[in-house]
Amino acid sequence: MSFEWPWQYNFPPFFTLQPNVDTRQKQLAAWCSLALSYCRHRKLYTLDVLEAQESPLFNNKKISRKLSVEAIQIIFEELRKKGNLEWMDKNKSRCLIMWRRPEEWGKLIYQWVSKSGMTNSVFTLYELSNGDDTETEEFHGLEEGMLLRSLQALQTEGRAEIITMDDGKGVKFF
Amino acid sequence: MDRFTWSNGLLEIHETLVIQQRGVRLYDGDEKAKLEVGIVMLTTHRLIWRDQKNHECCISIPLSQVIFFEEQAAGIGKSAKIVVHLHACPANKEPGPYQQSKFSYIKLSFKEHGQIEFYRRLTEELTQKRWENTPASQPIPTATGSQAGRTRAVGIVGIERKLEEKRKETDKSISEAFEDLSKLMVKAKEMVELSRSIANKIKDKQGNITEDETIRFKSYLLSMGIADPVTRETHGSGTHYHMQLAKQLGDMLQAPLEERGGMMALTEVYCLVNRARGMELLSPEDLVNACKMFESLKLPLRLRVFDSGVMVVQLQSHSEEEMIASALDNVSDKGSLTAEEFAKLLGLSVLLAKERLLLAEKMGNLCRDDSVEGLRFYPNLF
Repeated sequence: MSFEWPWQYNFPPFFTLQPNVDTRQKQLAAWCSLALSYCRHRKLYTLDVLEAQESPLFNNKKISRKLSVEAIQIIFEELRKKGNLEWMDKNKSRCLIMWRRPEEWGKLIYQWVSKSGMTNSVFTLYELSNGDDTETEEFHGLEEGMLLRSLQALQTEGRAEIITMDDGKGVKFF
Repeated sequence: MDRFTWSNGLLEIHETLVIQQRGVRLYDGDEKAKLEVGIVMLTTHRLIWRDQKNHECCISIPLSQVIFFEEQAAGIGKSAKIVVHLHACPANKEPGPYQQSKFSYIKLSFKEHGQIEFYRRLTEELTQKRWENTPASQPIPTATGSQAGRTRAVGIVGIERKLEEKRKETDKSISEAFEDLSKLMVKAKEMVELSRSIANKIKDKQGNITEDETIRFKSYLLSMGIADPVTRETHGSGTHYHMQLAKQLGDMLQAPLEERGGMMALTEVYCLVNRARGMELLSPEDLVNACKMFESLKLPLRLRVFDSGVMVVQLQSHSEEEMIASALDNVSDKGSLTAEEFAKLLGLSVLLAKERLLLAEKMGNLCRDDSVEGLRFYPNLF
């Protein structure tokens, strides 16, 4: 299924950081939602800033416009403030993009677990993210870091417990 | 550095200058010599160094003292250098800048480059050893000859000296000339006092001097840069002159402003007004001061300053909203516009066109597209 670009994507001013404050706010909001939906569509869990500059997300070759690094940094900062982004290194070169927050993932996973009547069983992380049973689930293919965090969120809620086993981690659902 | 001796820098007979280079600093071994930056001169017989600022400070060393030399490449923040290794000091050496040195080599640091050519010439001279061909009337410390018959062969150094003297003379005559000017300034002050006292006398004897003459006199004062002495106000409520001027401008600018859509850059006004006047031109200052008075004199014009600092005169009837609305229409019509295109469309100057577009952007009616293709404005669809 190909990605549907919003109308702003083909509007050249979208790629220039607007000086007018009100206009800028609307522009940034549009960029944030575009970035999140793009990553959701491509199942991207992390972004490298330099690579992102060249990706179709921030670089629309059709209208020969792309966002400046400065603008990308501002958009990332907005996402971070909203809680959808976390920096993975001090130099801000790579970030975790959470188009779904750990708590939301946790909820989805738990729903599947209870629906399948699998509470009180133990799963390895691998089973959850890459097992055959979960193939049709949205969280299939979830990146390990995010998976762990979502399970930790469940753990905080008291609905799961993370267990360390010989060859990795596992989780028990209650 | 203890191999150098003080010198007057003048060339001897049979000694010729091979190459010289400015911007050279000397190093005693690896340490900077306690000398400033100077000019190094290679002659057929010696290496001479003279301080660039203080020409009295001049030292030299015979080329026969050089064992060998090598280049030292430039580094970050370091100029290229030539390292010159020297023989030991002869016992009867004349005094020089250094009594002793722990180094047997010096360095020439080429702060303004020139090291490549210098190195080449130095190699040539040390190969040819031309100093050995000349008779003994030279200031080589090893020579036992007397230094009595020292002939002042002039050469380049002499020319330099002459130029220096000429420069000093010119300097002197200029400062003398300016002395007269400062005397004039003093006189001018007296003149100002004089005119002020006359003006006061005029004020007192209102009846005796005609209105006409008074006005003439005041305008003379104004043209000399002295504000109207009768009214003591300065900017703000302005002088009488500026008020009159403002009224005149009000009349004069109506038509041109209407032609140009109600707005003109102040520079355009300046050109227009002075061209019309022919004589008795306005100074920019007077123009600005007069324009500042439009509002207080209830004239239908306004002086307006944009965010970017551009000053314009506009008709009071000129409506901001109308302008922006029409700008939006134009841009929507064409999809997008640059300042140049917009200017062409409306017959405005590019400067004013840009200001209008920027204003519309500020109001949120337009948004910008800044790329390598230039700055374009689009209707704000956000």
